[in-house]
Amino acid sequence: MKPARTDIELVTVPLYRLAHSRAGDKGNRLNLSLFPYRPEVYAALVEQVTESRVQALFAHRGASRVSRYLMPNLAGMNLVLDDVLQGGVNGALNLDGHGKTLSFLLLGMPVIVDSRLL
Amino acid sequence: MTTFLLGSGAGFSGDRTDAALPVVAELIRRGQPCALVFETLGERTLAAAHRAMRESPQAGFEPLLEELLAPVLEDCLDNGIAILGNVGAANPEGACEVIARLARQVVRADVRIGRVQGDDIRARLAGLDLQPWEAEAQALPGPEQLISANVYLGALPLTQALELGAQVVVTGRVADPSLFLAPLVHHFGWAWDDWDRLAAGTMAGHLGECGAQVSGGYFADPGVKDVTGLATLGYPIIEVEEDGRLIVTKPPGTGGCVTERTVKEQLLYEVHDPAAYLTPDVVVDLSGAHVRQIGPDRVEVCGIHGRPAPSRLKTTVCYEGGWQGEAEISYAGPNALARARLAGQVLRERLTFRAPPALRKRLDIIGHASVFDDDTGTLQHEAAGSDGDYRLRLAVEHAEKRWVERATQELLALYCAGPAGGGGVRRNLLRRVFTASYLVKRSDVEAFATLFEPEGTADEAS
Repeated sequence: MKPARTDIELVTVPLYRLAHSRAGDKGNRLNLSLFPYRPEVYAALVEQVTESRVQALFAHRGASRVSRYLMPNLAGMNLVLDDVLQGGVNGALNLDGHGKTLSFLLLGMPVIVDSRLL
Repeated sequence: MTTFLLGSGAGFSGDRTDAALPVVAELIRRGQPCALVFETLGERTLAAAHRAMRESPQAGFEPLLEELLAPVLEDCLDNGIAILGNVGAANPEGACEVIARLARQVVRADVRIGRVQGDDIRARLAGLDLQPWEAEAQALPGPEQLISANVYLGALPLTQALELGAQVVVTGRVADPSLFLAPLVHHFGWAWDDWDRLAAGTMAGHLGECGAQVSGGYFADPGVKDVTGLATLGYPIIEVEEDGRLIVTKPPGTGGCVTERTVKEQLLYEVHDPAAYLTPDVVVDLSGAHVRQIGPDRVEVCGIHGRPAPSRLKTTVCYEGGWQGEAEISYAGPNALARARLAGQVLRERLTFRAPPALRKRLDIIGHASVFDDDTGTLQHEAAGSDGDYRLRLAVEHAEKRWVERATQELLALYCAGPAGGGGVRRNLLRRVFTASYLVKRSDVEAFATLFEPEGTADEAS
């Protein structure tokens, strides 16, 4: 019989390893939903995918405000980012004026989790 | 009361034009009360429609209308499947004429087409009490800049069209979910203050309005979130019960998937505060929503609640946005990234003295495998590509076309006057339409439905 493992090994991984996300836009406002593949990961995401960290991740895009709405029933969250679309679908010079690709910018955020949750 | 089926035939302007066929086949096979919805009007496409109409008064409605409707119109008319769509865009009259012609071609000249009006408030805009929409605060453009102003109407005038006997309902700007809510209200007789049912019906619409986005589209990630059959995605069918219970599914034998994950992603798509999703018909609270897989490609959504509809309606205003220009040039092989960057530096320097300071610009570097590849894409599939394949992109914006032409011309000139091995230049210019959103008083908006008559006068709903 193997001895019970008591130590916890923490690893840093991109959100991409733990969760999926979808981007949507209205005007110059972007929303990113975020759902962990495993509900046990939800608490770690609530702790680490904070409004301030998301705003920092999108600072180069001019994020002026980030609001986070938790959806415990769905084990997910909705992140709403203001002013990151550089004018939005009709105003941006960016190839992706909708911001549809930006869910994968969020999924690059590093998070620290118990390796057993991977 | 029987289940009502809502099929999606398109989720945006430019969507697959053969998507409705399997949906209609399944609706016919089921033989239950149902409707087919074409949602083809976004903030981008409304602006494009107004631009098209300025250039040709015969344009301004959904450009793919004929391709979308022709394959299914006859089957829908013969089987009592109501068709609803915001395919009218800036020119619902023009869309009605196309549909009437398509119906004549399949010997259904007696088709009843309902036309919803009242969204276009451009002529009255200056005299209305306007509030900026929450995320935007900009001054109203002057009358010379103003192209259009359209209110997001709710489901009520669409139900009036159905009451008039319309088999096809054509609208301009309405809230996307209202296209789905209207046939539910018409069928079940839901009261306009039955907020929980209106909210459930609105979320049925929200889940269906983007077509395949709830059934495996905008979702696949190879090796992580795999979806089979992306080339033959089944567009959704939403089953709605009288009490508002709803199930998302798709036609059998089609590609894609309906899972808790696809449904959860779409549930929050373009949503801000989940406790207050604003529509003209109801304020939806989906913060307590539950999503549950109840069978293969069948997902149940419940726990949706509603509150009284907002007193103001969102209006999209389109106004002159000057000109946008884009131009690109490729560099590949050894040191390609450095050459692309050098090209960008040269361009920036040239634009400081060849273009006015008011020129808004950006440069991007794009690339994987393009100019070195063959027509079959051999290099795209190799694990290690070439040393590089980069494409410098310039995008500029100015009120005057000549400066946009001048700036993009500077990128073209990199052919001969830029770094080594630059090629594959492309340029395009387009007239821009900017949009802004405001809130108008509901009491200032008068929406109504008429039956379209190609030559005669129309009957007005009371």
